[in-house]
Amino acid sequence: MRGVDWEVVIGMEVHVQPRTRSKMFCGCAIAELNAPPNTHVCEVCLGLPGVLPVPNQAAVEACLKTALALNCEIPRHTKFDRKNYMYPDLPKGYQISQYDLPMSINGRLELGERRVRIRRVHLEEDTGKLVHAGDKLHRAWESYVDLNRAGVPLMEIVSEPDLRSADEARDYAVELQTLLRTIGASTADMERGQLRAEPNISIRRAGSDELGVKTELKNINSFRALHRAINFEVERQKEVLESGGAVVQETRGWSEAEQRTFSQRSKEFAEDYRYFPEPDIPPLELDRAWIEELRAALPELPSLRRSRLAGQLPVGLANAIGADRELADLYESAVAKGAPALATANWIVNEVAPTGKLTSGANLAELIRLVDGDAITRDQAREAYLESADTGRTPAEIVTEHGYTQVSDESELRVLAEAVIDANPKATADFRAGKKQALQALMADLRKRAPHANPKAANEVLAKLLG
Amino acid sequence: MTSGDLTELTIKEATHLLRLGSISASDLVTAHVERIEQLDARVKAYLRMTQEVWERQAEEADRKLRDGDAPPLAGIPIAIKDVLCVKGVETTAGSQILRGFKPPYTATAVQRLFDAGAVMLGVTNCDEFAMGSSTENSSYFPTRNPHDLLRVPGGSSGGSAAAVAAGEAMISLGTDTGGSIRQPAALCGVVGMKPTYGRVSRYGLIAFASSLDQIGPFARSVDDAALVLSLMSGLDPLDATSSQRPGMEVLNNYGAGVKGMRLGVPREYYDVEGIEPGVKAAIDAALLILRREGAEIVDVSLPHTDYGLAAYYIIAPAECSSNLARFDGVKYGLSEEDSPNVTELYTQTRRKGFGTEVRRRVMLGTYALSSGYYDAYYLKAQKVRTLIKRDFDAAFEKCDAIVSATSPTVAFPIGSKTQDPLSMYLCDVLTLGGNLAGLPGISVPCGTSDGLPVGLQVLGPQWGENVCLRVARAYEEASEIRAEVATPSPLQGRGSG
Repeated sequence: MRGVDWEVVIGMEVHVQPRTRSKMFCGCAIAELNAPPNTHVCEVCLGLPGVLPVPNQAAVEACLKTALALNCEIPRHTKFDRKNYMYPDLPKGYQISQYDLPMSINGRLELGERRVRIRRVHLEEDTGKLVHAGDKLHRAWESYVDLNRAGVPLMEIVSEPDLRSADEARDYAVELQTLLRTIGASTADMERGQLRAEPNISIRRAGSDELGVKTELKNINSFRALHRAINFEVERQKEVLESGGAVVQETRGWSEAEQRTFSQRSKEFAEDYRYFPEPDIPPLELDRAWIEELRAALPELPSLRRSRLAGQLPVGLANAIGADRELADLYESAVAKGAPALATANWIVNEVAPTGKLTSGANLAELIRLVDGDAITRDQAREAYLESADTGRTPAEIVTEHGYTQVSDESELRVLAEAVIDANPKATADFRAGKKQALQALMADLRKRAPHANPKAANEVLAKLLG
Repeated sequence: MTSGDLTELTIKEATHLLRLGSISASDLVTAHVERIEQLDARVKAYLRMTQEVWERQAEEADRKLRDGDAPPLAGIPIAIKDVLCVKGVETTAGSQILRGFKPPYTATAVQRLFDAGAVMLGVTNCDEFAMGSSTENSSYFPTRNPHDLLRVPGGSSGGSAAAVAAGEAMISLGTDTGGSIRQPAALCGVVGMKPTYGRVSRYGLIAFASSLDQIGPFARSVDDAALVLSLMSGLDPLDATSSQRPGMEVLNNYGAGVKGMRLGVPREYYDVEGIEPGVKAAIDAALLILRREGAEIVDVSLPHTDYGLAAYYIIAPAECSSNLARFDGVKYGLSEEDSPNVTELYTQTRRKGFGTEVRRRVMLGTYALSSGYYDAYYLKAQKVRTLIKRDFDAAFEKCDAIVSATSPTVAFPIGSKTQDPLSMYLCDVLTLGGNLAGLPGISVPCGTSDGLPVGLQVLGPQWGENVCLRVARAYEEASEIRAEVATPSPLQGRGSG
């Protein structure tokens, strides 16, 4: 088997927590990650006897928006089903999910050249969490149940097995995150468990039409882990097959500490979930007019926006800005106020994205003009930007108030440069002896003495005096 | 006025006296509590008394009566079936698995009656998780029929029916999944009503089969049942299956009499297998009275009746197997927490906590939903359910309401069917169609057979509670048959088989 060309086949199941104030079937607020255990629970999400689930309209809406953004078909009727299994983190003994009539089917996500088909997007509820004293439930001498997450809404986005590499799988997850953030359906933060990607992976001989036996990976907490876990698993499967073995269909966990996957649960004895329609929730009729309203209200989707930005900017900048709706909005608004495209894009990528602080397009345009016209230094501009973002005041006001200015006048700079040369005889001697980097020490001293000096002009003056 | 008199009153009579000031809510409660103390050791209708609750509620009712702003049920003593949650009151669904469970919330239907001034006397016995037709499946003890202590009161709401029949409560609440209100009402000689599915919120009702369960009243007159039902009906934001229709519509025109109404007699019900001659005779007599009152009796057919029982005993256990999964010993109630691992915790807790009939239904339902059997059982049963609904739709094109016996038999001796589940299941053969189709139904006393009460069932179209009540009330008035308060003496028995 060695020397065989393998093709990697990946399908993704992604669980996304939609942005809602309350849980899927009760009024409990969504707990922060560090909330004390069992502080965001009520009789409904605790599964006490006699209580009933009432679907969260906001979650339904977020799921429909996601489905529409993924070009899914929305059926006229949808319903919830019960997935029955017993586990201590599942208070009712069943999870309310969707089985044969999901909220949406048959969508797609464009990934550059590749089109990834979306099988379905449906709604369900999350389970609670177990904390074991001991490594596993069956061997633990004590286990604790935290039901803060029980009943938190989840959208499950299932793709067809259309991805062919770890790179593509990561790009898919990143693109999904951008899309979800753009349409406001979720904050989709992986570290906070709001987006959980579970790839199904199999390999087959290149050119084959048949699917190999797949494994499903869990416990993946970042895009990097997703990439690494898939690559590890692909290599593992290759080794198994090339040594004459067979891949076992199973769920495998990714260990971040050990950087490998390990077997969690064999699917040979697959649990029978005994799905049946949830009798406590009547089937939902999805009103066409409402669906069309939601569709019409969707913002421009990231792929479209990116291709539009790519007409104005280098690809790297276009992608960086197109990946974030707020950054892209700021960019377009500033450019609409007359700011130059490239300078604005660079400013946003270098100064806005890292701080996450936003001001208006008009303010940014004004600031870019001040920087471009050499009226202030870059450090001053940075200060002015942050203050403008915090207070909403205009950069011009801030610059005036602080007396920000930049000295470019050659005679003033010459006086400064002479003082620096006098004060640094060693660096001056070094430079003249041919150590060009000594100029940096001299410049640093000059800027310390005169933060307002135009760095570029001052550099030239210094070099001229030294030379 | 003697306390005996006070425990025989209807709501209408009691309310009149309360508002006149000739009696107080506390008098009324005291009279009932005394009667319970005197009789319930024999009848065993109650599982637990709620003294703290009735003292508080009676005091409040009396205050409002004095202030002249008393709500419609101010001071009316009520008994609540053990499947309806009442905040802070132990609620166990007749099961050991919920021993000690005190819900932190009150069922919506119960709360609405509390808001209307009702005074809760206690919690009544029932078959475990409402699964049964005789109250013998209670994990505590069987309840006895006040008309014959050697016989069952029916079930599953046997405690609530017996309490009202014995004058141990003026009204009570039960739940009806396949006949669990109507059948015990018939066997105990009182009025019992199951509303249209969705009419009354199920919030706080410990579920047996969610698509079939409804809460309804027991009373000793049709007027009382109508009033109680109207007060607990209507939309509840906590129950997604509850209807937006106004609760008060159940009373629309219900006093208008049956003149000109077409009453359908389904031949499959009239000649149902196992119907006792005495029951049939009582129904014939009732039909005569209704005809004399101006109703037209028409022949109708419900051709899929034969399959109803089978469909019911797939759907109800399927839902129950899922609904009861939450009783796992992890969160509340019984917990065999010394088990060596979680599987043992589940197994031991559920083996110890559930009785035979509950275990039987959990297993039946689990099987019916299993991969490979789902289509043959659950899906097929749902198709039968649709056919049964269509049967009723077709019948209601020919008639305004359907009348039949409520139960093919009168109350049977305690222990006579416990070894034969199928014969017990047949008790519901005339009532469970109404649950499968989600229709309203009422049982009113219609005389006796061999000295034991017989019930007349009136089924209405969806949301047609007023139609059921109208027929039942006209019959009650014309027949002059009233739910008599029964006072069993210690050794009374009519000779069990």
